[in-house]
Amino acid sequence: MAFLEFKHVRIAGISAAVPKNVLKNEGDAVDSKDYDAEAFVKTTGVRERRIGNLTASDLCIPAADRLLQDLGWQKEEIEALIFVTQHPDYIVPVTSCIVQGRLGLSEDCYCDDSKHGCSGWVYGLSHVFSLVENGNIHKALLCVGDGKRSYTDQIDPLMGHACVVTAVEYCEKEIDVSYKFHFGSEGSSYDYVYIPEGGARHPFTIHSFDKVEIDGRMYSGMQPRMNGADTFSLGITVMPKSIKQLSEHFHFDYQDNDYFVFHQANYALNKMVMKKLKLDLSKCPMSLYEFGNTSSASIPMTIVTQLKGKIENKPTKLLCGFFGTGMTWGSMSMTTDNIVISELVEVENNN
Amino acid sequence: MDLNEFVKLFAEQFDDTPAESFKADTNYKSLDEWSSLVALSVISMVDEEFEKRITGADIRNCTTIEELYNLVQSK
Repeated sequence: MAFLEFKHVRIAGISAAVPKNVLKNEGDAVDSKDYDAEAFVKTTGVRERRIGNLTASDLCIPAADRLLQDLGWQKEEIEALIFVTQHPDYIVPVTSCIVQGRLGLSEDCYCDDSKHGCSGWVYGLSHVFSLVENGNIHKALLCVGDGKRSYTDQIDPLMGHACVVTAVEYCEKEIDVSYKFHFGSEGSSYDYVYIPEGGARHPFTIHSFDKVEIDGRMYSGMQPRMNGADTFSLGITVMPKSIKQLSEHFHFDYQDNDYFVFHQANYALNKMVMKKLKLDLSKCPMSLYEFGNTSSASIPMTIVTQLKGKIENKPTKLLCGFFGTGMTWGSMSMTTDNIVISELVEVENNN
Repeated sequence: MDLNEFVKLFAEQFDDTPAESFKADTNYKSLDEWSSLVALSVISMVDEEFEKRITGADIRNCTTIEELYNLVQSK
């Protein structure tokens, strides 16, 4: 069973950056034969989101600069950087190296990328914690999110651009309450959310531009596509199940948390998960109304935009649940310890 | 749960279509209000009432509410 526990790490701080440009889901903004903007907002909750021409790494740089400044960390102290994105700057090399260079970090820096989508922040945390837990690395950054797509001919009313930077540090003394994780996978459902063409399985050809209709919307082979019904069905099943598995394995009552922060897939899905877990809406902050589904950034985006000012000064118990491409899912339990949460950084488009 | 109760719950997933429009032999995908968003509500209803996971293909492959009811029962 994929349970992990870490006792010598802490999240020192989190920052987030989004494009300044707001797109609203109103009028004829939702390009579907199947439903209009009003019906879309009612089900998904996504009233607006941030869309710009910045890549994930463009968003990451100002977020990282702000966080390092707020923490008083020096750039040369950063010994590892993990970048999680589905839309890297280049197919090759990893974006983490590009960011290490752009941020001006020391050359003594471990860099690696992950391609996870909505599961990406928690997967990324488990990578970073694994590097830091034994004290070989003392300070590390995790950058997660998606900005401009590698194939831009698509306005998806669900998704928003955002990048979140999480600062992690080693704690020599065992922390009071450990970080606990559970992970699951269902690879047979890889095509629930995927980009069918452009990889080695189906290399890019001229026919990659041909469009097919899915749930009333047109997609080419290069665009991320989602089987909405199957993804929804999986999400409402696996998120509550993982949270129950985590709490049973580590012997805690999942109800005994201050906040429940779920991946911001859509409102209908989270409402169903809350109902199944018997959770009060007031304990389940959501960023999806204003920022949409921000993929791997969605959980920490929710912490930055909804919990800033509420959790910095006292240990706060958070339970996070997620699912995403793969398909993958899981849950994480953490207690904050003097966490620094930076002001949301809004970034102008590149000229 | 019997078929009539299922038809009633199915109808509750719609906002604008009158409840009397729903019969066991209703071709639900031909209803004006049917959409991939209503399908999500139907999936939630089945999950909640039956604790069973139905797929997009299940919804596509059934025509009438009764066929979907029978499919859920067989899972």
